[in-house]
Amino acid sequence: TKVRESEGFFGRLKALFAGKKEIDPNVVEQIEEVLLTSDVGVKTTELLLDEIRSALSRNELADTDKVWDALREHAKRILRVGAGGGLPLKAQPTVVMVVGVNGVGKTTTIGKLATQLKAEGRTVVLAAGDTFRAAAVQQLNVWGKRVGCEVVRGKDGANPGAVIFDAIQKAKDTGADVVLADTAGRLHTKTNLMEELSRVARTMNKALEGAPHETLLVLDATNGQNAMQQAALFKEALPITGIVLTKLDGTAKGGVILGICAEHGLPVRYVGIGERAEDLREFEPDEFVEAMLGRASGSEDAAA
Amino acid sequence: MFDTLTRGFRQARNRLAGLTELTAGNIDAALREVRLSLLEADVEIGVVKAFLARVKEAAVGRTLETRVKHAGEVHQVSASDHFIKICHDELEAMMTHEGDEIAWADSGPTGIMMVGLQGSGKTTSCAKLSRYLEKQGKKPLLVAADMQRPAAVEQLKVLGESLKIPVFNIPGESPVAICAAARGEAKRLGRDVIIYDTAGRLAIDEPLMQELAQIKDATKPENVFLVVDAMIGQDAVKTARGFNERLSIGGVVLTKLDGDARGGAALSIKEVTGAPVLFTGIGETTDKFEPFRADGMASRILGMGDVVGLMQDF
Ligand SMILES: Nc1nc2c(ncn2[C@@H]2O[C@H](COP(=O)(O)OP(=O)(O)OP(=O)(O)O)[C@@H](O)[C@H]2O)c(=O)[nH]1
Ligand SMILES: Nc1nc2c(ncn2[C@@H]2O[C@H](COP(=O)(O)OP(=O)(O)OP(=O)(O)O)[C@@H](O)[C@H]2O)c(=O)[nH]1
Ligand SMILES: [Mg+2]
Ligand SMILES: [Mg+2]
Repeated sequence: TKVRESEGFFGRLKALFAGKKEIDPNVVEQIEEVLLTSDVGVKTTELLLDEIRSALSRNELADTDKVWDALREHAKRILRVGAGGGLPLKAQPTVVMVVGVNGVGKTTTIGKLATQLKAEGRTVVLAAGDTFRAAAVQQLNVWGKRVGCEVVRGKDGANPGAVIFDAIQKAKDTGADVVLADTAGRLHTKTNLMEELSRVARTMNKALEGAPHETLLVLDATNGQNAMQQAALFKEALPITGIVLTKLDGTAKGGVILGICAEHGLPVRYVGIGERAEDLREFEPDEFVEAMLGRASGSEDAAA
Repeated sequence: MFDTLTRGFRQARNRLAGLTELTAGNIDAALREVRLSLLEADVEIGVVKAFLARVKEAAVGRTLETRVKHAGEVHQVSASDHFIKICHDELEAMMTHEGDEIAWADSGPTGIMMVGLQGSGKTTSCAKLSRYLEKQGKKPLLVAADMQRPAAVEQLKVLGESLKIPVFNIPGESPVAICAAARGEAKRLGRDVIIYDTAGRLAIDEPLMQELAQIKDATKPENVFLVVDAMIGQDAVKTARGFNERLSIGGVVLTKLDGDARGGAALSIKEVTGAPVLFTGIGETTDKFEPFRADGMASRILGMGDVVGLMQDF
């Protein structure tokens, strides 16, 4: 059944490989399998395979290892969009808004970012803009205590825009360097909640011209194809400036980020690799691709 | 030779009678389409292959009607359409669960342990389930056994308070000790269902998986439910297998189905662990919780509603 299933494409491949004995005729199929099992998705997988196929037809790839190398190169090129790692501090205070669907790791990422900024000697104000979820404010407050920075909070059910407005005001008054604004998780399909986010962003701009300077979309690396929709709709509602890819400690996948970068050109700023304060790293496209597709010149472990 | 002749003859006769025989050849296009659709729905690739091989084997050789009446009109349907409908029905059959969602204790309170990855919706689902069971006349006790995530206990307490359902916790104690003490508390308060909320963890996190096994040993719950985010990708299988091997999960709660995730994990997990989806989370508030319905889920995962709709009168 396996052969049958891919007969058309298999047939085309055979033609392609005619006279090139040194390339494993199954290499494209193997690549397809690896990409699909890494959540790269059908569309982006086809995009990548097209590159490989046309390189093969131009006789540019001498052996199977070169095929895998070409794939890695292409994936890395896609992921190297924009500025890449780190958080540019362009204003005083720099205001960072953190958004995403429910449970992806927004609040935890804020705790981790605050830890890093603090260690660099910056003063940070946290804004408890999730006034909806049970004990979300307390959760951020625990992080604030851990890190040793101020948490501006409103009452449960308070207007999130107002809370974040106050936090920006506070940062301005005290000369703080960064405001990290938490928001309630929401599914991208809920139009009213997405509109609320746009309103919150506008309120932030009233508190400080240019704010939010950074709007980070947090994505869960264990998510599959739905992350494509998340990115598309959050980008429609807000000027997203970067992505944080969380929970990479649990998976060698997260391949959906390839399609997101290819389609939206959004840079991945950080990856989350655990629940602790120190488990945040700047994104390294090369490292990421090698974790997903195996190391260079190792087609066995790559196909595993 | 003779075979092909009789076969051709049979096919011609079938066409006149408005029948078609499903063959490996004439369902090929549909097979590819279904494969793509299932992959887009995040069904795990191994499960996709096994599922299609099985359905194909069962379908090939069957002779079916090529004309259907839909909304008063006669439509011509192809072998591909038939195959898609067969896939849909097989999906539905696979995910259908007979009988009660909850396994009840013969005597004493019934235990329900909720486990899963970080952020999948365990705490929220504990509260939702307690509300759901209370509506059925039960008296649940919620146990806050996540001593790890900041303010996890407070989260369950806030939810319990809003539902007026008691929440048990011992500040500073270990999750195992808290869960072990919960039975006594349930007896004291006259509660007949105990729902244990545990901290999120990865199935590959050995010490934390060990802790869950200890909680299970200490409490002997009738039910262990894996809480799974409907947006999960290919990792669903590894995760479900990991939790199932250590805890033998009895069922799945599939959360965040109020979005547009297709939820292919429902199929993948059933296929590799045998554990059916029992409940769904369809919103953030505690009322957004329903028993699972396999028919709607089959259409959602397959994503070929137009064909299936056309064929529904078959
Ligand atoms: N393993 C792992 N867990 C993480 C990571 N980041 C966050 N988490 C965990 O994921 C769960 C959800 O994290 P939160 O920070 O509460 O997520 P959130 O997006 O703020 O959630 P809501 O506000 O409810 O939408 C928590 O248990 C975190 O500890 C990570 O990089 N790796
Ligand atoms: N839209 C939607 N959100 C949900 C659903 N179930 C849970 N959530 C949200 O998902 C986020 C995470 O839910 P929790 O119940 O905290 O998840 P958890 O598994 O207990 O998380 P940890 O304890 O950190 O591992 C919260 O924002 C919930 O409100 C659902 O069915 N639909
Ligand atoms: Mg949060
Ligand atoms: Mg929880």
